[in-house]
Amino acid sequence: MNLNGRRVTIHDMTLRDGMHPKRHQISLSQMVDIAQRLDAAGVPLIEVTHGDGLGGASINYGFPAETDQAYLRAVVPVLKHARVSALLIPGIGTLDELRLAHDCGVHTLRVATHCTEADISEQHLGLSRKLGLDTVGFLMMAHMSPSEALVKQALIMEDAGAQTVYVTDSAGYMLPDDVTAAVGALRAALRSETEVGFHGHHNLSMGVANSLCAIEAGASRIDASAAGLGAGAGNTPLEVLVAVLNRLGVEHGIDLYGVMDVAEDVVVPMMDHPVRIDRDALTLGYAGVYSSFLLFAKRASERYGVSSRDILLEMGRRKTVGGQEDLIEDVALDLARDRA
Amino acid sequence: MKIPCAIIGSGNIGTDLIYKALRSLSLEPVWMVGIDATSEGLARARGLGLKTTHEGLDGLYPHLQADGIRLVFDATSAHVHRLNAPRLREADVVAIDMTPAALGPYCVPVVNLRDHILRGETNINLISCGGQATIPMVNAVSQVQSVDYGEIVATVASRSIGPGTRKNIDEFTRTTAAGVAQVGGAKRGKAIIVINPADPPIIMRNTVHCLTTEAPDERRITESVQSMVKAVSEYVPGYRLKNGPVFDGRRVSIFLEVAGRGDYLPSYAGNLDIMTAAAVRTGELFAEEMNR
Repeated sequence: MNLNGRRVTIHDMTLRDGMHPKRHQISLSQMVDIAQRLDAAGVPLIEVTHGDGLGGASINYGFPAETDQAYLRAVVPVLKHARVSALLIPGIGTLDELRLAHDCGVHTLRVATHCTEADISEQHLGLSRKLGLDTVGFLMMAHMSPSEALVKQALIMEDAGAQTVYVTDSAGYMLPDDVTAAVGALRAALRSETEVGFHGHHNLSMGVANSLCAIEAGASRIDASAAGLGAGAGNTPLEVLVAVLNRLGVEHGIDLYGVMDVAEDVVVPMMDHPVRIDRDALTLGYAGVYSSFLLFAKRASERYGVSSRDILLEMGRRKTVGGQEDLIEDVALDLARDRA
Repeated sequence: MKIPCAIIGSGNIGTDLIYKALRSLSLEPVWMVGIDATSEGLARARGLGLKTTHEGLDGLYPHLQADGIRLVFDATSAHVHRLNAPRLREADVVAIDMTPAALGPYCVPVVNLRDHILRGETNINLISCGGQATIPMVNAVSQVQSVDYGEIVATVASRSIGPGTRKNIDEFTRTTAAGVAQVGGAKRGKAIIVINPADPPIIMRNTVHCLTTEAPDERRITESVQSMVKAVSEYVPGYRLKNGPVFDGRRVSIFLEVAGRGDYLPSYAGNLDIMTAAAVRTGELFAEEMNR
């Protein structure tokens, strides 16, 4: 694989996807500390919000330690070079929260939909673009759609105002060839000035390898997270990705030791549990299930005495999509009753 | 006596509505109003014995009096309903608004329709499909004790969500959240919608979470929820309590499934069926009052 001289923008997920394994309880001071360290290490773009994006505060997804507004107002002003992004999932967040994020000084707005439902994002992508934000479309659970279908959805987002469209492997299910095909198809179909991005989860240990395939196929934005802090077995580990990109001669502007230290000195010590490929996270990647379901399945498993793997497999069998956390308790109750 | 009524909007919703209205013992669907002479909905309405026009409300207006139309179901769009509403009021016709226009008060028939009728309201808004499915449950809890916060999650089949809703998904979340508070009786409301493209399509499912102010009275809430499910299922036969209520601290969670009756719309589209069923129920209660 020859990636020598390629340029990519690394987008940090520690403070957004990383909210999932922290049950959205990262404190303001931890957010500010990590963001400043990432900034100092040269990370150009840092996502900050509830794990389920703007407006995610809910019984269904979990109430965060602080509001989106408080997090953004704390982080945005203290960064010297890095910019801040916010995620918005239509159906959960609304244009009101988008405007609020804009008021807080967000530079990039990412609008996420399930990979077949891009047309519910038109309003949000349109407003984001109108406000002058760097506007990104985020096609989640991309493994559930063949490349041709994914291209159609990407074009809807591009038409609505997205300047970058992501292939988002929310379940950490994709294998390198899948990523090559999906990213390559988007790269071929979208305008040359539109960027393609890749967001990986490490449930099958493919985070870094998949990111390399994405770059090779034309992606120029890659998501990663310090020590992999993210849903499921976490995201592509930032410090590992940076080390590999250095060896391949990919330009990214990030200091390797800097991000190694953020991961080791700050992020690992603050983990509530080791973010790793345990049997439940592996099941996510194996069955193609939304990574954020992990802790919900573990909790339901404890409460109702049914196996978390059985719950996750059933979630996969029912072809669930991101956001269906509420079905987990329902499924656990069904499984407990069937067993009785 | 059956009350003569008209349906404006000859799309899927309007067409499904005809079947339910034809079954009603107190409504007589007389007119179907569209804007496209070649629409399948108008042809089907004619086949079912309704008079039709493709000239919108203009086409119906001259016949309102002669045909004794006292009730109109508006299944068009928020924009069109805003234009229709003042003219219907002028003609002294009750408007049941199935669009997100919400010019009149929010209504869930089983919760607050009688109050609206007694107050003399003549334009009634049906909130949203998710609202019709979930607000009765929030209300069932808030009837027992005070609810600080109500949150609903509606999961619907991708194929059941039309272009209008897709272009303005925020309208669903905002309107439904407002209904959870105003009609459901929670101090604050939130609504989430998830669209699932699985094939075969999934049946509409809803989760209702409430945070009660004091520790929940489990026995009374369970009874209230079960009796409310029974009341809704009288006009939406596919309305089912799947699991719950589950109690966890102050959290009360209720898991529901809504299968459609399959009149014209496919049965997985319980979200659309519950709208047309709620509309007909609303029409019937008005009809009862008119006959009084």
